[in-house]
Amino acid sequence: MASDAEQGQLQPAPESFLSKDLVEDISREGINPGRRSLLQSAFAAAAASIAAPALMADDDPDIVNLPTWTRSLGKPVVANPYGQPSPYEANIVRRQSPGLTRTDQSSVSFTPLQNLFGMITPSGLHFERHHQGWVDIDPRRHRLMINGLVDTPLVFTMEELLRMPSVSRIHFLECGANTGLEWGNVAVPTVQYSHGMLSASEFTGVPVSLLLERAGFDRKRATVLLAEGADGSSMTRTINLENALDDALVAYGQNGEMLRPENGYPLRLVVPGVQGVSWVKWLRRLEVGDKPWATKDEVAHYVDLMPDGTHRQYTSIQEAKSVITAPSGGQKLLKQGYYDITGLAWSGRGTVEKVEVSVDGGRNWRPARLEGPILPKALTRFHCDWVWQGEEALLQSRVTDSTGYIQPSRAQLVAVRGTRSIYHNNAIQTWQVHADGEVHNVQLG
Amino acid sequence: MSSWVRAAALWLCTMTMTSWAAPLPEGLADLGRVATEGELAAWDIDVRPDFVGLPPGSGDVWAGEEIWLAQCASCHGDFGDSNEIFAPLVLGNITEEDIATGRVASLTDPAVTRTTLMKVPTLSTLWDYIYRAMPWNAPKSLSPDEVYALVAYLLNLGYVVDDDFVLSDTNMVETQARMPNRNGMSLDHGLWSVTGAPDVSGSSCTADCDVAVTVTSSLPAYAMNAHGNLAEQVRDWGPYPGLWTETGTGRETAAEPEQLAAASAVVEAVVAPEAALNAGGCSGCHQMAGQLVGPGFDAIRTKYAEQERAAYLRDKIVNGGAGVWGSMPMPPMPALEEDALQQILAWLTSGEE
Ligand code: HEC
Ligand code: HEC
Repeated sequence: MASDAEQGQLQPAPESFLSKDLVEDISREGINPGRRSLLQSAFAAAAASIAAPALMADDDPDIVNLPTWTRSLGKPVVANPYGQPSPYEANIVRRQSPGLTRTDQSSVSFTPLQNLFGMITPSGLHFERHHQGWVDIDPRRHRLMINGLVDTPLVFTMEELLRMPSVSRIHFLECGANTGLEWGNVAVPTVQYSHGMLSASEFTGVPVSLLLERAGFDRKRATVLLAEGADGSSMTRTINLENALDDALVAYGQNGEMLRPENGYPLRLVVPGVQGVSWVKWLRRLEVGDKPWATKDEVAHYVDLMPDGTHRQYTSIQEAKSVITAPSGGQKLLKQGYYDITGLAWSGRGTVEKVEVSVDGGRNWRPARLEGPILPKALTRFHCDWVWQGEEALLQSRVTDSTGYIQPSRAQLVAVRGTRSIYHNNAIQTWQVHADGEVHNVQLG
Repeated sequence: MSSWVRAAALWLCTMTMTSWAAPLPEGLADLGRVATEGELAAWDIDVRPDFVGLPPGSGDVWAGEEIWLAQCASCHGDFGDSNEIFAPLVLGNITEEDIATGRVASLTDPAVTRTTLMKVPTLSTLWDYIYRAMPWNAPKSLSPDEVYALVAYLLNLGYVVDDDFVLSDTNMVETQARMPNRNGMSLDHGLWSVTGAPDVSGSSCTADCDVAVTVTSSLPAYAMNAHGNLAEQVRDWGPYPGLWTETGTGRETAAEPEQLAAASAVVEAVVAPEAALNAGGCSGCHQMAGQLVGPGFDAIRTKYAEQERAAYLRDKIVNGGAGVWGSMPMPPMPALEEDALQQILAWLTSGEE
């Protein structure tokens, strides 16, 4: 069989534009200004020899006039030892909602869902929610302690945790307050701010059940776990032991690399299906107990105010929810014709069974196409064909999960919970498409 | 396959069925060691609603006020009522009736600001949280007695206890019985357990559904740019570019990507010693630009752009002081490491942008 080079599949390296003498000279002496100008003229000559032919009326200049990147030497390897997105993607970053919080350390940054694909969030775009700033922890000095109702309270080093049997699982992580700004009325323009406290990653770590087994927990009395962070806030949350034994992880990996510091490096709790605040970052301790702890973020926040003035406490599970991410609020359809309406659906109680899409505000629904793999407590991407002919439209999506639960409309949700509960707003989202193609966040009534 | 690997594989396979009933893989019990008493004492500081975990001690309202004014008031206001750094902890809106019933009646009134004390049902929470996390910029610096005093002061601000009240480990239970919203929490919902029953259900209708389709809420035009220019927040090529919401610029299209990229690539000439500022606890009160509790570092760097000012600033940072930027005092920061201090001083006085 002929080699690739003989078949002409390998292009000659740019060096072959240069004379043999010049190449030898450069490798002996390096590039000095004199040789640099020689080099430039050599490249210019090479470029001129394949210069653009005359442009005809139907010709796309971007095809016919070869662009500079097609006619020049590219950048070397490890120009960015840690790769960065294209400069053309500079708009797509985490953003804060102005005025939402009064400080930057107890604050939130939102994931740009409008421009992401698939079911995984790039680690650098994973939303942030910190209560007392984020920290850079030295993994050599980090420990995990397990105590409480156990035979032996234990301490693990990171080295030991990385030696243990590990699993990797894809799960969504949604803040309980996601979409919390929208309870009363429309408050934000884009899906980044309305739904962007949502991300999903592949997490790698040690099952909590294994660690509890190792410590010999008291099966008769134990009902809850306290998870505690190593940062200044030493965030604490009570975890339902049932969840913890089922599928919770003490995770160090995120999307194939170590966790990002903003997401808890070197160790965080992963409690699939449960709101983000319980996924304690910079995890230093798990305590086995028989009564909940009523920590600050279980009594003053992350409690859902009901119309009768009671607060629902220990609301944890993120019920099924879906949202169209494109086209979505703040975007504009430039042309009429075919569009692929796409979005995300998820459920903290299982898998996504079905997603339906409406373009008329919920009067009529069509099934959307679900993309696999469809995993429990993970994001599921959906798509729906749509031909837009310049009419006004009201785009909605509605998910049904594996328990048979159907995502409620805003009216159905508000009828039970009122508008002041801040947390756990999983109502159907509406995007209004105007005749000029502008897409706006709206609520219907 | 070694016996260990086989055992681990077996364990993982059985795990999904009955995770905790499976035997541990062989050799796993050698990983991890027993925690010492001292280690448990250092980390296991949580206090439960039944006061398990509460260290002994006491403090009165007067002592609490003194500590409050020195260490807490800068962010929360003299009376815990400030809305500058965080939402108010207390406002004078808790009634005798609330304390008698254990239900804060005004929680049903949307016009009333929900303060911390209006919500918190459990006294243990205030104690636990202040001990573990406050002051925000120097967590875990308070002694148990100081925490008793601060909790007493906060309760006094909320009219829950009298001016001469002394809070201690011996009267927490009776004080808990006066917490204004102690009966205000409900566990009657399906959101604690994966198998919990939902309280709301959606409709399965798919055709000619009877739903209201009038737009009742949308962003007013003046608020469209409140989050900044949306054209610069969405991919600016492709089927759905962002709306140009910045008014008065006359611009129809977003800036060229090259320009945006060039702008974001500008590297700061002098890099802020962030590690030192964070480790020194400065960032809790100072941000890079703009006033927080203290002046922004941009303003400080402009004011003290000459190296000769380093000695003055050293003294101010180590010993604290007030009056240069306002009446709020800068606390002494004697614990700052010399290395970190030198880095900070060099940066503050470098005069470079
Ligand atoms: C540098 C500013 C700052 C200082 C100083 C400070 N705090 Fe705070 N405090 C905060 C912030 C910010 C939060 C909210 C933290 C969060 O989001 O979890 C907070 C939260 C609290 C809360 C919980 C309120 C709630 O509803 O969540 C209490 C109680 C509290 N602080 C008490 C104190 C006491 C007592 C002191 C003095 C020992 C103090 N704080 C000093 C900034 C400060
Ligand atoms: C509890 C809040 C707080 C903390 C923590 C804090 N500062 Fe300040 N800082 C202030 C205030 C308030 C002022 C204004 C004082 C004044 O008006 O004289 C100030 C002023 C300053 C000034 C200007 C001094 C002058 O006289 O103009 C410098 C420099 C400074 N701080 C540096 C630091 C550094 C470095 C740290 C960390 C090691 C730090 N601060 C931590 C509150 C704080």
